[in-house]
Amino acid sequence: MTGPFEDVVRVHGPTVLRVCRAMLAGRDADDAWSETFLSALRAWPELPADANVEAWLVTIARRRCLDELRRRARHAVPVEDPALTTGTALVARADEPGARDLDLWRAVAALPAKQRRVVVLHHLGGLPYTDVAALVGGTDAAARRAGADGVATLRRTYGAAVTDEEDAR
Amino acid sequence: MTTAPQAAPAAEPDGRTLALLHADLVERAARDGLLDVAYRVVDSPVGSLLVAAGERGVLRVAFDVQGHDAALQEIAARVSPRVLAGGRRLDPVLRELDEYFAGRRRTFDVPVDLRLLTGFRREVVLSLPDVPYGATASYAQVAAATGRPAAVRAVGTACARNPVPLLLPCHRVVRSDGTPGRYAGGDAAKATLLALERAAAGLDGGAGRA
Repeated sequence: MTGPFEDVVRVHGPTVLRVCRAMLAGRDADDAWSETFLSALRAWPELPADANVEAWLVTIARRRCLDELRRRARHAVPVEDPALTTGTALVARADEPGARDLDLWRAVAALPAKQRRVVVLHHLGGLPYTDVAALVGGTDAAARRAGADGVATLRRTYGAAVTDEEDAR
Repeated sequence: MTTAPQAAPAAEPDGRTLALLHADLVERAARDGLLDVAYRVVDSPVGSLLVAAGERGVLRVAFDVQGHDAALQEIAARVSPRVLAGGRRLDPVLRELDEYFAGRRRTFDVPVDLRLLTGFRREVVLSLPDVPYGATASYAQVAAATGRPAAVRAVGTACARNPVPLLLPCHRVVRSDGTPGRYAGGDAAKATLLALERAAAGLDGGAGRA
């Protein structure tokens, strides 16, 4: 690539942050964002001109986040809130702890693995289904189906959680 | 001179977070030797200026009328695409530009990196500081000073292609009839700079030499 890297950070910074936050919490997500762009900056001059920059960045970000989750799983250190650092959650706690948002995050976290990844990458990461399919494997159509199933499940589970909450009041 | 606001991504819920992350990224890139080019866009009496520097010195000063995007693309293509906005590297040159526009500085001390220029053009722009602050020289005089009196037109081209105007003062090179002539930053900018230098030099002369 021969264009200024600054444009890449401006254009894709928000998407990469969404992906990092979908996989890690708080400071860890911020660190993953920085690590992603630092290693992208290193590799930028050698990236082929026809590469899909967004998919490339999301791949780096996912790898960074997975490395961090694996590292944490290996060195299980006692922390105040183990929910923040478990090696399994693909979705992190919402920044603003509104009860409803937390319910949504929990509902997303409860989805089957493939649906969860597709929902996170497409609806949170903003990636088109073609790119999502390239990342999770399978066809565009399969990714689209997993996304639709995931959202349908969310409508049910999240809707139920909200209703429960309102009933409890 | 103030730093122009960074273009925050619109409609993004945590634009502030992204700005902080960006600043941190620039710092880490500099620490890891990955910040090949740092740039900033600042306001000045001759319009907004893009100032870009590599590790060896200032690579580019570009006026708004020249197109900041085009200047960045050229630097990215010819120097390195590892280009980021911000960082401490530009503090010294921006301070010197501030002092210059305030009439408190006559020569620039920050190193320049002229790798965007080669051959005779490079020779010409390097000779520009020989024209004293507050004075002017004709294109013919500069051509003669570089030992090629017939190369008047080439001197004009070299001045037009000067990658670091202001720091290397191509604005002091004028037509033989004394009219200012063309300028990469626009005719008005050239007139502003010459007037600024004359005024500052005159005031300085009236108050006695420092």
